[in-house]
Amino acid sequence: MHELGIVFYIIRDVKEAAEHNGVQHIDAVVMDIGEVSTIVPEYLQDVWRWAADREDLLKGAELKINIIPAVTWCDSCKSEYATVAHGIKCPNCGSDKTWLLRGNEVEIKEIEIKNN
Amino acid sequence: MDEVKVIEIKKSVFEDNDKDAANLRTDLKKRGVYLLNLMSSPGSGKTTTLVQLINRLKDKIRIAVMEADIDSDVDAVKIKEQTGIESIQLHTGGMCHLDAEMTRQGLDNIPLNNLDLVILENVGNLVCPAEFDTGACRNAMILSVPEGHDKPLKYPLMFSVCDLVIVNKIDVMPYFDFDLEKCKEYVHMRNPKAEVIPICAKTGEGVEKLADWILKEIKNWK
Repeated sequence: MHELGIVFYIIRDVKEAAEHNGVQHIDAVVMDIGEVSTIVPEYLQDVWRWAADREDLLKGAELKINIIPAVTWCDSCKSEYATVAHGIKCPNCGSDKTWLLRGNEVEIKEIEIKNN
Repeated sequence: MDEVKVIEIKKSVFEDNDKDAANLRTDLKKRGVYLLNLMSSPGSGKTTTLVQLINRLKDKIRIAVMEADIDSDVDAVKIKEQTGIESIQLHTGGMCHLDAEMTRQGLDNIPLNNLDLVILENVGNLVCPAEFDTGACRNAMILSVPEGHDKPLKYPLMFSVCDLVIVNKIDVMPYFDFDLEKCKEYVHMRNPKAEVIPICAKTGEGVEKLADWILKEIKNWK
């Protein structure tokens, strides 16, 4: 359940951004979350609802999650493949000299504010 | 339709913690205090290992322990009773990990100037603690034999952030299909530089080697 800790970090960061930009209320926070980041999006949504509604700045704000597919690089045959389907062994040549290229992001992409 | 204004942030959630952790490491370096972050699953024998290790080191260096748990203080009491050294309990208040700020707050309660080594016993969990840099000089983890030699494959992040992997409970290896060589191979796949030290905390086997590793680390840190 590190989703709770993550949500507190998100709230701290968007508060800072809101202050910096003179924003009174945020309507949505958009996150880029890697497929193998160990974050469970459903848990994140649950704790987000609980934590965000306690803040005037974020009351009712939606959490939008973009999932970033995980891609692994094989150093033996110099190719890329989908991490979740094949794990650490390259499906093209069988090598385990592989590194994750992307897919472990936990990034705040942007915030959305509605002009009423 | 409402007009929506978008403000781009593009910031990793871990960025602030990574900065706090780097600052904490710089402070520790200046003060000559070595902080070891010890992680593992629940039940891997962290506290027993610590008791063995501390009893071998306490005449040579000055040590303190910070026990991080979601609740309770059973580990802190056990350490104090069985080694006599200073041990404080940190409660994470429901959180499954420690971050750099919580670690710093814990250190503020310890007389750092009189210490060479602080061991942080992190929350028992192989996922969350790996995500958060605590500001420790090195990360170590205990993998116990009954958990299986394939754990490095299942928890790649944990093994890629650890400088030292302690394989505990090697006395029961014959009863489990635990392949130590395979385990080492899997650890090195995630982190080629990681040191692997097999021990049995119950009998003390291998603990001397672990103590030597730590003494060498502290010497290099000062």
